[in-house]
Amino acid sequence: MRNTIVSMFAVAAALSLSTVAHAQQKTLTVYTYESFISEWGPGPKVKEAFEKTCACNVKFVGVADGVALLTRLKLEGQDTDADLALGLDTNLVSEAKATGLFEAHGLHLAAVKVPGSYSDDTFVPYDYGHFAVVYDTTAMKSPPKSLKELVEGDPSQKIAIEDPRTSTPGLGLLLWVRSVYGDKAPEAWAKLKNRILTVAPGWSEAYGLFTKGEVPMVFSYTTSPAYHMVEEKTERYQAASFSEGHYIQIEVAGILKGASDKELAKEFLKFMVSPAFQDVIPTTNWMMPAAETSSPLPEAFDKLVQPQKTFLMGSDEVAKNRQTWIDEWLNAMSMN
Amino acid sequence: MLLTRAERRRGIAWGLTSLACIAFFVGIAVIALLSWDVADAQSRLFTAYTWRILRFTLWQAMLSTLLSVGFALPVALALARRPDFPGRIWIIRLMALPMGIPVLIGALGLIGIWGRQGLINGLLLRLGLDQPVSIYGFSGILLAHVFFNLPLATRLLLAALERQPAEYWLLSASLGMKPLSVFRFVEWPAVRNVIPGISALVFMLCATSFTLVLVLGGGPAATTLEVAIYQSLRFDFDPPRAVALALLQIGITGIILVAMALLPAPDDHGAASGRASRRFDGRTLSAGLWDSCAVLAATAFLIMPLASILAAGLKADLWSLTTSAAFLAAARTSLSIALSAGLLTVLTSLAVIAGREAVADMKKPGITARSFAAMLAGMSSLVLLVPPIVLGTGWFLVLRPLGDVDRFAAALVAIINMLMALPFVMRVLEPALDTHRRRTARLSASLGVSGLSRLRHIDLPVLTKPLLTALSFAMALSLGDLGVVALFGSNDLITLPWLVYNRLSSYRTNDADGLALILCLICLLLTILGTTGRKGANNG
Repeated sequence: MRNTIVSMFAVAAALSLSTVAHAQQKTLTVYTYESFISEWGPGPKVKEAFEKTCACNVKFVGVADGVALLTRLKLEGQDTDADLALGLDTNLVSEAKATGLFEAHGLHLAAVKVPGSYSDDTFVPYDYGHFAVVYDTTAMKSPPKSLKELVEGDPSQKIAIEDPRTSTPGLGLLLWVRSVYGDKAPEAWAKLKNRILTVAPGWSEAYGLFTKGEVPMVFSYTTSPAYHMVEEKTERYQAASFSEGHYIQIEVAGILKGASDKELAKEFLKFMVSPAFQDVIPTTNWMMPAAETSSPLPEAFDKLVQPQKTFLMGSDEVAKNRQTWIDEWLNAMSMN
Repeated sequence: MLLTRAERRRGIAWGLTSLACIAFFVGIAVIALLSWDVADAQSRLFTAYTWRILRFTLWQAMLSTLLSVGFALPVALALARRPDFPGRIWIIRLMALPMGIPVLIGALGLIGIWGRQGLINGLLLRLGLDQPVSIYGFSGILLAHVFFNLPLATRLLLAALERQPAEYWLLSASLGMKPLSVFRFVEWPAVRNVIPGISALVFMLCATSFTLVLVLGGGPAATTLEVAIYQSLRFDFDPPRAVALALLQIGITGIILVAMALLPAPDDHGAASGRASRRFDGRTLSAGLWDSCAVLAATAFLIMPLASILAAGLKADLWSLTTSAAFLAAARTSLSIALSAGLLTVLTSLAVIAGREAVADMKKPGITARSFAAMLAGMSSLVLLVPPIVLGTGWFLVLRPLGDVDRFAAALVAIINMLMALPFVMRVLEPALDTHRRRTARLSASLGVSGLSRLRHIDLPVLTKPLLTALSFAMALSLGDLGVVALFGSNDLITLPWLVYNRLSSYRTNDADGLALILCLICLLLTILGTTGRKGANNG
């Protein structure tokens, strides 16, 4: 009996932790990733701005990241509470469509401007970032100027990368190497392997190693230095510009078929590519805006690497080959 | 036959209930996942890749266990021989800390000491070595596993040594036994009983290691099955495959553990008056030196990474962190989950122990009774091998149709934490309860003291301390667990480790360091609670 009582206590504790007092008006439920809605993320400002225009309530539900977001939707299926999913990236688009949970938005959104002019009938971009090798200027005087230089450079100058089996940036690097080297990618990995200090499970772990000074290079985004310049007033961390071009990550949002109020969801997508939303993105999500902002970006963003060429593979191609390429990567990286 | 019939029946009922509850909880999750319809299922489960990581998983777990328990033995012997070692209680408290720190924070602490830019390499560099010693690779994994498991093994070994009746030490001193004889006749019999159990625990912890292996392993050659399970639930979203891998993990590890459990572990419980232990041996200078070296080396090994966490944490603005609404909410959530999980674990352990006790008390337990007792033992330890992500995902599927999962999330996390802590708590409570019963059962039975009055006058005065230790153990474990909650997320359920990861994933490394420090301090506080008055633990 005591067991039952205690588990009831646990359930009661769970209940008391959830607060469920909301005004009786339309609610737009947006599933997203956690860092989007944290106190320093774009979420609070976006919510405030949109609620001013819509006489509605925006409810964010945050999961760990874009991959977890898709998993959550798959688990919930048709009867998901989500009206909108915000935070998938282009690599996940084809898998997301295959769930049959999403619906075409039917909007003409001329405002969207992303490199490679990505557009889709279901998903709308709200920000983007180019992947890049970020280095510590105090530990490295001459960073690699190309992916080739990274692969063939001094093996004592190490880099921390992310695992493509468990993280999105890891997959990004895999696709970047693939885009540049094609079928020769395994050979490139076998060479790059000597420069890799470790393969972290996710971006946070790799970046943690980097900011602790353990490794002079980390696989991250061109926008990472902006955070350090704006928030920490330091130019110590810089992104290396690669001559071949950079692989891009575009973050997108889409409407669920089961959305309770589709007009409201569409309003949100329109709002998302308007300056009111876009103004918030650069200094809270630390990504590049996907449409016009009302004022120029902070000065720090002018100093960022501007890739000359953008790589982006179609998400069908990624979905089809991901496992093969990961297997190749595993083999190349496990060889001695 | 020291229990009354009613007591025995009650014991069996408790054991059965706990067994049924746990089997139900795990079973439902597995069934839910297995019934998931995968459109493009990857049939290739047993590929060369699976075998390779299986081999690696077992190999590193075996070596890690050997090293952790091997190094823990001299430390525990030294600590047991020196009840007056300066700062002893603090060294023991320190040993509870690694369990309560989120794994990533521990790894960063280790890197601060052993990493390329760490203290040790700095020293070596000054001594003229130009190539830094790298911990990335197999050695790093072993180092980290020893850091996390040596303290655990030491504490459990020490507890076993301290349960030896005071008469043994008295007798060995009056017989003038040499240290080697004391080891052979008194110390070894005490630790021999617990070493298989402790090794099994450490083995399971290392076999299911995830973040440590990836961060310090240096590359995908170092991958455990847990990584593959995680990948198949997250990226591939192939629940049946995840379940199959999890079953493989449980099956193979289970076989190894059963083999280990078959090693003879003779019963050795002497009658004792329960007087306070005093040690009379080890008075020589060389014994003193040896003990001091063992304890100091272990303490230094433990304290250095913790000090690097402290140093990093102090750089953060601790005041504004601790007063922020986000922190207060997360602390409240974490503590209520930890308390629920801790209480649940202690109660479940007591139920399992009651069941085993009832069977042990039978004059001639039949095959059913004996396999029931074995199942209780097996279940309460093997449950550590069930990946929390499998349980979490499975229950999400089950609970989803019943409404908002947010409402169940806290209870779910508490129960999953309970399952994780159960094997630990069992190892703290079972020997303590066992010894206590052996010392008091006859007397209570002959005096006719039973039920509540036995609980009040005989059990509680002695068992309060082990119960508190067990509770603090379980709570620390639950506090440091990032939890399945990270995968599903819920606005109302942000725990402290989740907050740490959150800050890390938003570039706020400083805040994360500060929060990690606070988390360590909370764990320390819990441990102090669990070890107060430990010195008098034998004063029955």
